[in-house]
Amino acid sequence: MTLRQIPFTAWVGLILTGFFAFCAIFAPWVAPHGNGEIVGDVWEPMSATHWLGTDNLGRDLISRMIYGARITMEIAVAATALSFSLGSILGFTAAVFGGWFDTLLSRFVDLLMSIPTLIFGLVVLSVLPTNTLTLILVMGILDSTRVYRLSRAVAVDINVMDFVEAAKLRGEGKAWIIFREILPNALSPLVAELGVRFIFAVLFLSALSFLGLGVQPPDSDWGGMVKENKDGIVFGIPAALIPAAAIAVLAISVNLVADWVLNRTTSLKGGRG
Amino acid sequence: MSYPILRLVAQRILLGIVLLFAVSVLIFAGTQILPGDVAQAILGQSATPEALANLREQLGLNDPAWLRYVHWLWGILHGDFGTAQSSGLDIATSISTRLKNTLFLAACAAIVAVPLAIILGLIAVRYRNGFVDKLISGLALASTSFPEFFIGYVLIFVFAVHWQIFPSISTVDDSTPFLERLQAVVLPATALTLVVLAHMMRMTRAAILNVMQSAYIETAELKGLKPFDIIRKHAFPNAIAPVVNVVMLNLAYLIVGVVVVEVIFVYPGMGQYLVDHVAKRDVPVVQAVGLIFAAVYITLNIVADIAAIVANPRLRHPK
Amino acid sequence: MADTKANSGKLLDIRNLRIEATVYPPGEAPKTITLVHDVSLTLEKGKVLGLIGESGAGKSTIGLSSMAYGRGGVRITGGEVILNGRDILKAGPKGVRALRGREVCYVAQSAAAAFNPAHKLIDQVVEAAMLHGTATRAEAEKRAVTLFKKLSLPNPETIGERYPHQVSGGQLQRVMTAMALCSEPDLIVFDEPTTALDVTTQIDVLAAIKDAIRDTHVAALYITHDLAVVAQVSDEIMVLRHGRLVEWGGTRQIIKEPRQEYTNALVSVHEIEHKEQQPGTTPFLSVKNVTAAYGGGHVKVLKNVSVDIYPGQTLAVVGESGSGKSTLARAITGLLPPEEGTVTFDGRPLANRLADRPKEDLRQLQMIYQMADVAMNPRQTVGTIIGRPLEFYFGMKGRERDKRVAELLDEIEMGKGFVDRYPAELSGGQKQRVCIARSLAAKPKLIICDEVTSALDPLVANGILKLLLNLQQVEKVAYLFITHDLATVKSIADSIAVMYRGEVVRYGPKSKVLTPPFDAYTDLLLSSVPEMEIGWLEKAIKGRRMESAGN
Repeated sequence: MTLRQIPFTAWVGLILTGFFAFCAIFAPWVAPHGNGEIVGDVWEPMSATHWLGTDNLGRDLISRMIYGARITMEIAVAATALSFSLGSILGFTAAVFGGWFDTLLSRFVDLLMSIPTLIFGLVVLSVLPTNTLTLILVMGILDSTRVYRLSRAVAVDINVMDFVEAAKLRGEGKAWIIFREILPNALSPLVAELGVRFIFAVLFLSALSFLGLGVQPPDSDWGGMVKENKDGIVFGIPAALIPAAAIAVLAISVNLVADWVLNRTTSLKGGRG
Repeated sequence: MSYPILRLVAQRILLGIVLLFAVSVLIFAGTQILPGDVAQAILGQSATPEALANLREQLGLNDPAWLRYVHWLWGILHGDFGTAQSSGLDIATSISTRLKNTLFLAACAAIVAVPLAIILGLIAVRYRNGFVDKLISGLALASTSFPEFFIGYVLIFVFAVHWQIFPSISTVDDSTPFLERLQAVVLPATALTLVVLAHMMRMTRAAILNVMQSAYIETAELKGLKPFDIIRKHAFPNAIAPVVNVVMLNLAYLIVGVVVVEVIFVYPGMGQYLVDHVAKRDVPVVQAVGLIFAAVYITLNIVADIAAIVANPRLRHPK
Repeated sequence: MADTKANSGKLLDIRNLRIEATVYPPGEAPKTITLVHDVSLTLEKGKVLGLIGESGAGKSTIGLSSMAYGRGGVRITGGEVILNGRDILKAGPKGVRALRGREVCYVAQSAAAAFNPAHKLIDQVVEAAMLHGTATRAEAEKRAVTLFKKLSLPNPETIGERYPHQVSGGQLQRVMTAMALCSEPDLIVFDEPTTALDVTTQIDVLAAIKDAIRDTHVAALYITHDLAVVAQVSDEIMVLRHGRLVEWGGTRQIIKEPRQEYTNALVSVHEIEHKEQQPGTTPFLSVKNVTAAYGGGHVKVLKNVSVDIYPGQTLAVVGESGSGKSTLARAITGLLPPEEGTVTFDGRPLANRLADRPKEDLRQLQMIYQMADVAMNPRQTVGTIIGRPLEFYFGMKGRERDKRVAELLDEIEMGKGFVDRYPAELSGGQKQRVCIARSLAAKPKLIICDEVTSALDPLVANGILKLLLNLQQVEKVAYLFITHDLATVKSIADSIAVMYRGEVVRYGPKSKVLTPPFDAYTDLLLSSVPEMEIGWLEKAIKGRRMESAGN
């Protein structure tokens, strides 16, 4: 595969996602000011000294944005990693072993998914302590249901194909069947789903923080920054729109990449790539 | 003739009721998962022993969990949701007006979103792979990536602050006349519409496209039918079921969007009520509202399934 | 066909037809490919022209051009299609609609998909006639019932009240023919109307279509890949390949005196020299009184089946869909453990369940599937696919394994260059060859071949069969050959088991099984296989009628 074959939209997605990741990783070196440092008046407009202006407490908005990127992506990546490993391991196991294990787990997942994720998240958060670990666990576990369903469905589809039957007839063990026959063929849809789950984690976290139930001050993710600055909106101060737009742009760019990965999979039945 | 289909529908409803009970258990259990003492967690480390004991008594924490669940469910089945810890008010009374407000908002959004999504879906199918389709798909991709508050605050910024056409805060109460009420929900309903529109349109497009690519559509075309007649006579009867299904699933999705949108516009509905009491850690309210949201969600899903069953000719006319 | 001569005259005249489509290969710029290269044909009123060719020959595309229709983004970019004296490619959307369903009607390969599931059959049958104003509703319905009768559909008065899913596949295909005839068109395009049907159903539908064509004096384009079928219904045959005309002539000339080499290959495709081997003294695999069922014993699919396989010989298991022939393979391999009965191998019983069998037993029994493209892991190269059994059973590694893989590739008549290819980069026939090599790699005593040629074009299938026979000579391997195609059976079998509804109804050496007296089902099956001979259909139907009268 050459770089030339990557479509324009995917390039946009890759570059933007890379940019956000860069900001997140190198936040302390990139940001002009500290995260909690008060550098000016409340809600100063954009200027040469403060590119995006200042926030509701007079902190430099662009610095807050860069640190916010770090917090947002940290939690979202951790939650996605959790939901993915949990969901895919259980989903694959259920598909290959079947029987009571599959039935029990699948019914429980059905039950969890019959309550909207945000609602159940709120119910659970009403009693749990508000900290980063809780957030990651709640988001990761609730979202793993979707990964479970997808990976189980994909694995079940592959498991009944003739080449898997041929491997079973040959006498291959479960490990060979899972890792050599099923996994390589399930990888592409799962990688595309990884992007989708990450977006969902970002949006879910932002919604929780916006509702005041996610990341707690003085730290703040982008959703929390919207909450901090939302009162300025009625005075015509757009500070709250900047983190909101950042979430949208991040989600779109990851979406573009995921779309490209998915299309590549469906147009290419197998083989190289 | 209709015997098996009735059985299927009855089965689906029965399954829904079982599911509702299971969900009530899950929601109840979800508020019990805290390791350690609930009363301690609520009141914090500095609480006096008397206060803790009082709270335990009040929450019924001295009973075993299953007994508390039975009491709770028994009350709900009789319309008694208990009292709010934080305010001491009867939950059922607080909910009734808020539920009405939320349903009004959701209905306004649905009335706009459903026809719009179907029409846009049809247009996208008609000009498939053309510019219009790509534009619509692109916007759909974008708007599924937008957080609700981004849409909400942009609307406020433009329509309430900049042009000052609509209020930025949607306050309504029981005495608000209908037209004023309508004006108050224009922005939140628009935000909700935008939240679900893209998703609904994408799914509608897929459902209709699936029907339009069937062999029987080609048969109709080769009989010399006009494009409009092909859609009316041959595509439409087969597209109803998947489209109704799509609509119902998205209305269920709308329920979730309501929570955030209500907070943005400070609209006195169920969502705001829930969020307020999660922050106050008022467990009885959270349980009650969570259950109602889940019930609505499950009901809409059941309706979607039933619509699919009823509209399937293979089930309607068994062998 | 003598009575159609009276109203002769040119009905359809296609001149230099060129059809193109745009394809979107992944990662490359879209490109235009030509599906049909300047093909011309003429058809007189009341005549039947057979269009024959392998997949990709462009036969359906040409057929549909007579309705000015391009399926799925296919464009007619050149030539003229003159129907009833006018070029319909210049008719405009309204003109085209006026002729579709009025002058030309279409019968699809899968009637089950071509009928709208939401409407009653009668409403769909009369739709075109009413739309074009050739009949009132009552007249059209009366005509439909007459046609249902002519096509020997059961309950012709009431069958129209049913929905498509309430009628069987063979009946639905006849209803679709009635639908095409109902608006009394000048031309009907039959697009592989019997291909999806079982062989004993095919002959009924074929006879019904032929009678209907004769009685209504309608002209027809009959599209199929089966030369023997088209020989029964056509006056003339046109052979197509890769969108180009190969040969066009009268039916008798094409099947008796083909002028082109390709046509000759198609005509003689089933003629494989194979001398029947006599069963040895001791079979190495015997299936004794095996009964198997799905769904925890509820659906019995195999009832008391017993067959023997002798070393280096071929047992063919024939039957139609639902006869249990594939289930027999699953029972032998242990994928579906039998409920009763035993499978003995080399004088000792084989474990019922796959999981209980030692590796050595698994090695001795290999399997080849119908769909070669899903029988290979798309993420593995040909080298890995063929090399794995060598590694797994014999512990071969590195150079030794690569050498053996190269030998096997040689044996299946494919070069070394294929080692690093992925399945998606192979043609259908090549894929099946790789599957054969994979099973040979295990050096088995028996290979189970489950419909291995039915997804392939006749000439490719023929090559595979020849390869299998050669390999049998070299490797001394036995085959259990499962198929629905009696022509294949005649070419390769040493002994035959005929299966019907889960039971073996006739079993023995090939010469004995194929010699009368027959039992009722074998007779039906044998007499239903189309033969490349004019007038076979009438003879077969007549023979069957006598048989049924005799019963």
